[in-house]
Parts: sequence; C-alpha cells; structure tokens
Amino acid sequence: MNDIQIKKSAQIYDAIIVGSGAGGGMAGYVLAHAGLKVLMLEAGPFFDPAKDSLQLKWPWESPRRGASTSFRNFGDFDGAYGGWALDGEPYTTTDKTEFYWFRARMLGGRTNHWGRISLRMGPDDFKGHHIDGLTDDWPISYDDVKPFYDKVDRMIGVYGTIENLPNEPDGIFLPPPKPRLNELYIKKGAAKAGVKVITGRGSVLTEALPDNKDRGACFYCGQCGRSCKVYGDFSSSSCLVIPAIKTGNLRVIANAMVREVLTDASGQATGVSYVSKDDMQEYQVKAKIVILGASAGESARLLLNSKSNAHPNGLANSSGVVGKYLHDSTGSSAGGFLPQLMDRKRYNEDGVGSVHIYGPWVYDNKKLDFPRGYHIEFGGGMGMPGYGFGWDMQNMNGVVPGKDGKMKEAGGFGADLKNDYRRFYGTGFGMAGRGMAIAREDNYCEIDPNVVDKYGIPVLRFNYKWSDYEIKQAKHMQDTFQHVMHEMGAIYGPPHGKETNYGLEAPGRIIHEVGTVRMGDDPKKSALNKYCQAHDCNNLFVVDAAPFVQQGDKNATWTILALSMRTAEYILSQRKKLNV
Amino acid sequence: MNRRDSLKAIGLGTLSTALLLDACKPGTKKQAEDTNDEKINPSDEGRLPGEIEHNKKLNAEKFFTEHEMATITVLGDIIIPKDAHSGSASDAKVPEFIEFIVKDMPEHQTPMRGGLRWLDLQCLNRYGKAFVDASNAQQIEIVTDIAYPKKAKPEMHTGVVFFNRMRNLTATGFFTTRIGIDDLGYMGNSPGKWTGVPPDVLKHYGMEDVV
Repeated sequence: MNDIQIKKSAQIYDAIIVGSGAGGGMAGYVLAHAGLKVLMLEAGPFFDPAKDSLQLKWPWESPRRGASTSFRNFGDFDGAYGGWALDGEPYTTTDKTEFYWFRARMLGGRTNHWGRISLRMGPDDFKGHHIDGLTDDWPISYDDVKPFYDKVDRMIGVYGTIENLPNEPDGIFLPPPKPRLNELYIKKGAAKAGVKVITGRGSVLTEALPDNKDRGACFYCGQCGRSCKVYGDFSSSSCLVIPAIKTGNLRVIANAMVREVLTDASGQATGVSYVSKDDMQEYQVKAKIVILGASAGESARLLLNSKSNAHPNGLANSSGVVGKYLHDSTGSSAGGFLPQLMDRKRYNEDGVGSVHIYGPWVYDNKKLDFPRGYHIEFGGGMGMPGYGFGWDMQNMNGVVPGKDGKMKEAGGFGADLKNDYRRFYGTGFGMAGRGMAIAREDNYCEIDPNVVDKYGIPVLRFNYKWSDYEIKQAKHMQDTFQHVMHEMGAIYGPPHGKETNYGLEAPGRIIHEVGTVRMGDDPKKSALNKYCQAHDCNNLFVVDAAPFVQQGDKNATWTILALSMRTAEYILSQRKKLNV
Repeated sequence: MNRRDSLKAIGLGTLSTALLLDACKPGTKKQAEDTNDEKINPSDEGRLPGEIEHNKKLNAEKFFTEHEMATITVLGDIIIPKDAHSGSASDAKVPEFIEFIVKDMPEHQTPMRGGLRWLDLQCLNRYGKAFVDASNAQQIEIVTDIAYPKKAKPEMHTGVVFFNRMRNLTATGFFTTRIGIDDLGYMGNSPGKWTGVPPDVLKHYGMEDVV
C-alpha cells in the first residue's frame, strides 16, 4: 500500500475512552453527563439492542437452530459477536498453557450477552490476606467501594434479597423472580445436603426503574443472552453508552482498533492511534486524559505495546507488573434430570435470563483442603428448544420406567420414542461452580514478539497454570453437586474425576479474566493507584477488570461498574483541582 | 411505566410494538409460512453481513446425493413418525435441516455419509436391496438391530453409532420447528409476567412449603 498515511485530528477531547463494555461504558456515562467532551473508540461495530437484538426469534429462524457459529460462539441468536477466535486477530500461548480468550468486538462488548449475575465482592474479597496469607490485599476496602455499588444498584437495577451474610454484601434490590419448579427441587435437595441456596441476584428490571424513562421492565422471555430490545437488563450499550451519546458529549467511533497510547516527551498521555476497520486508514486522536476499558487482556496489551523513551518497558509498566497476576474464575459443572417431573404440566416458565437461585460460599475453608470458596449457579426447566434438544435420549429413556411402569430398552425409534421427548421435556437441570482462583505472578499475559494481528499489532501470549488449590476446589464442587443431586432425587452421571481435574475448565473459559494491570499503593509492585490512575502517568486510567488485585468468588461485572464509576468521579474531582 | 409505555419510550411506536408482540405469538400465519418454505431461509434481520453471506454460501452448496436424502427421509420418518399429536420428521422438513447442518458442521459429514453407506451395504447383504428399496418390514428389522445400543449385537456397533447420531439430528431438527414446538407444548418466547410456579403445580409436587 503506497498511500498509507496517518490522519491526525486537531481536536483535543477532554477524555478518550478505549472500549465500550462495562468499564468504558460507565466512565463514558459519568464523564459525558458531567459535561466533558469524550471520544469513545470501539473495535467492533455499533450495536443497539433495540434494533440489533435477536430476542424473541424462534429456533427455526436460524437454519442451524441456534447452534454456535464462528460469528457468534455462544449461538446463532446470542448477543455477543465473536468469541474464542477472531479472524485475523490471533493470540498465542506458551508451551503447556491452555488458555481461552473470549472477545466480543461490538458496542457494549460482552455485556450484551453476559449472565447478568450481579454480585458485590465482600470485605474478605478486598482484604483477604489475613485469611491465609495467600492473596494480596487491595489498596481499598469494601467500605470504599460500597457507596459506588449502592449507586450502581440504583442506577442500573439489580434484583435480590437481603440475606445478611458475612462476605456476600446485600444491595439495594428490586423484587426477585420466583424460582422455577426445577429450582424448588434444587433448593430442597441443597437444604438436605447442607448447601446454602439463596435467591439469585441479577441486573434485570423486574420492575420499571424509578426515574428512568429509557428502559422498559422485563417481560420474562428468559433471553437476556440475546440482549434486550426494551433495555430490560443491563448491557453497557443500552444502559450506558447510548444514554451518554444522547447528552451530546460522547462521540463513539466504531470499528476503531486502537494500536497504542501516545505519550509526549515527558511521558504524559496525549491520545491514541488507531486503525479504522472501515477504511483501513491510520488515525491519531488527542485528549487530555486517556482511559482504557478495553478488557483485562486488551488493556494490558495496549500498555505493553505503548513503548516510548519515557516508558521503555511499556506504558505504566516501570514496575514490570503489567500482564502479571492474570486470573479467571474456576468453573466446574454437573447436571441431570428429575424423573419426578416427567409428563409435567406445561406453562411458560422462561422467567428471567439470569439466575433465579444462587448458592453463596458460606463455609469455613480452614476445615477444607483448599483455601478459598466458590458460588454455585443453578438452572433448569421448560426452556425453548434449540440445537442439541433431545440429544442422546438413549442415555435417558432406558433408566426410568415407561408410562406403563415397566423399564424399557434404551434408545429406540417411532411413536414411543417421539413420546419420550415429550415425557422428558422440562425435567433437566444444571449447576455450575464459579470459584476464586489465587492471583499469581507467574500466571500472565505478555506480548508475543513473533506474532502480529492483521493490523500489524503485536498480539498477546498467555502463560497460565492452575494450581492444586483450584483443582481441589473443583473436586469439592463435584462432590457437592453429587450430594445435592442425590438429595434432589435426580438421575445423574458420575462426578468428573481426577483425569479431567474434576471438570475444572481451562483458564479463560469462564470469561472472568482480571488482574493484569493491578492497583496498589506501592508503585514498584503495582501499575495503578487506588483510583485506577497509572503511577507512571497521571492522565492515564484503567477502568475494566485489569485493575483487580484479587477476584473474589463473585463475578466481576458489578465491581467493574462500581470501580469505573469511582474512577470517573475521581477524574471529575481532580479536574476541579486542576490536577489532570 | 408499564411495558407498552416502555416500548414506546425506546422509540418503538405503536405499530412496531404490535409487531414485536405479534412476532412472539405462536402459530401466526407468517410463521406457518416460514416453516413450510421449500428452503430453510430465515430472515436476515439483525444478522451481520458475514453471517448472511455464510448462510447463502451454505444454502448454495449441496452435500447429500438424492439417494442419501431419500434414505435420510425414510429414516427420519421411522424415528419420528406422524401420530395423533403431530406430523412426521419430513413434515417438519427435518431432511432439509440435516442437509444444512452437515454443511454448517462438517464434523457430521463423514459419519453421516459413511453411516448411510454402512446401512445400504447391510441391506444389500441381507435383502439384496438398498435401504430405501427394502420393504417396510425389512427397514424396521434393520433399524431395530441398531436402535437399541445396549442390546445390539457387537457387529452392529457401527450402525448403532450412526443411528444415535441420526436420532439426535432428527429429534433436534423436529422439535425446533413450529410443528415440533407445538407438539412439545413449549409456551414461552412470549411476553408475560413470571409470577412463580402455578399453585396447582406446587400442590401436585408438594412444594408449597419450599421458599
């Protein structure tokens, strides 16, 4: 290409935000509403759930009946574009590392399809060092974040119940959805097994949100994963970015893949350079502040790719900590069916697209052989059939009696088999553990010096191993699931065993990766201060999950939102004091 | 704000609100037409350009031969026949779905092609005819030999593995159509208010006290 040139914009924005997910969206929302002129760069296309969601489509409206594709790894109707592999945008792993990285390139990012399970981290999640010495404390405590969790609850909406549990802080809750029938069996079985189950917590508007005229209440289709046309659940696109655009202060450039953060001779950030996927031209845009919300992986990648004389080790990386302490939640799951529910009465039990019931961690690890806990997500019922429906009936119809009370031969065909699909419909359930992994310096991502993406940007290489802590935790999940399923009177298979690390999913699979640009009070050991402001560059902030010091046994999104709001308010206060 | 108002508030006018709600009503005329289309050709609304192109490309390709499609059709209707409640697999266009899905998921291709061939060869050896040309009794006889994994003879194992896949694809293809969903009685994908398990159901299962 002979005509390549860099197009430089003369305009200086108050802030540039890279990424439009939970973190970038919240920062954009707060700053734009405060009157700042903000430019948001998103690597994928514009996405408005009101227009672009595939909500309420029937399975036959997909020729593959909702099965996954390379365009949507979570299914043909899913709200997230992309997934584990993106064409022309590889990532690599070191020997023996198995790591999966889910990327959704679109306005709102992965929040368009997430599970809406909205959990606060607890006091021991922020300050857990005292428990066993295995984790580093955050430079902030639950009390520092609580006011922001409260504001996020009010602004975005979350259902749940007040439980007064020690490390599972209550929020400001909307009324929760009632459990489905299968979930009542789970609750009953769990109670017998001594497993605590409470009402779920999800960012779905079970009632209209007071003072918000832009968002509709949930109409119970259970399809949050497709994103919601009435904005009845939380997506960054619908709840943060689009409202921020309406202020007139936020401009979004879609299909803008940021290459690096630009700095001046003194090391201050001056803007970013990006390649437009629309015209393949190179652009530079300038701002007084640069805010990264590109995801834990992409923000680390950007910093490491932003080398200069002032920042020879990559931006905000004089400590060398950027990319290190990468950690994802653990995950292991089980499922089965309830023979009691065969031939059940039909009614609409789609409910909400988040969890109706939830198992918090309330147990004492001192009595167990692994250091930290996990929560359990449950579900089941008469869902909408899709690709995979009816699969492997031969493993089910031979283990329970037919309608005549006699055992029958597994498998089969014809009218009798056809009737079995009806009989078994709605009997299934599943449960999945999501646990805390210890953040370790030797689990990291770094720049692969030998590989670039199709835009010429060096890519990430992952190095990650589970330790015995996580493997033993997964074993405990499996044992717990077996116990609960037994008490439910369910029919289920054997637990995942040692050969699969007890069903422990590979790192990255749970899509809760955090920790790559950690915050801390000591600039030698951390990249950001407690306001997510770079120690080395005071007009650079990170607002996604990268600043996490240590994830709890909670999903990350609600904490990303609270921290991003806190950082945005800090930026506003610092501007008043003319510090940034 | 009720739902109707909230739909208006986000810019869906009365007309489009009606359309949105209408689209979720089961059994409307438009949907009936969709499922009866000769080709599986769903709407492109909300689809990425790459997705539209990909589906077009797959629809333009042909994988199974006419003979293979005929075999799949007979097998599909043996697995899911018409009964008092609903139509057969072929009534629900299951063979067309299978033709599409093996192009979309190439991992099905060789097991399906090879399995169909295995079936024909078995029939040739036993009856001197391909499966589709065998009598109905003969077809049922061979299918019976491969439809019950636990009691099937070891030499039938290849057929059992094939038939499991064929049964899976047939069931998925059938119960993801209007015909199949109506048969199953799935009542969701429709705006409403979830207020918990109906009282009669709670009572039936003795779950009134589980809170």
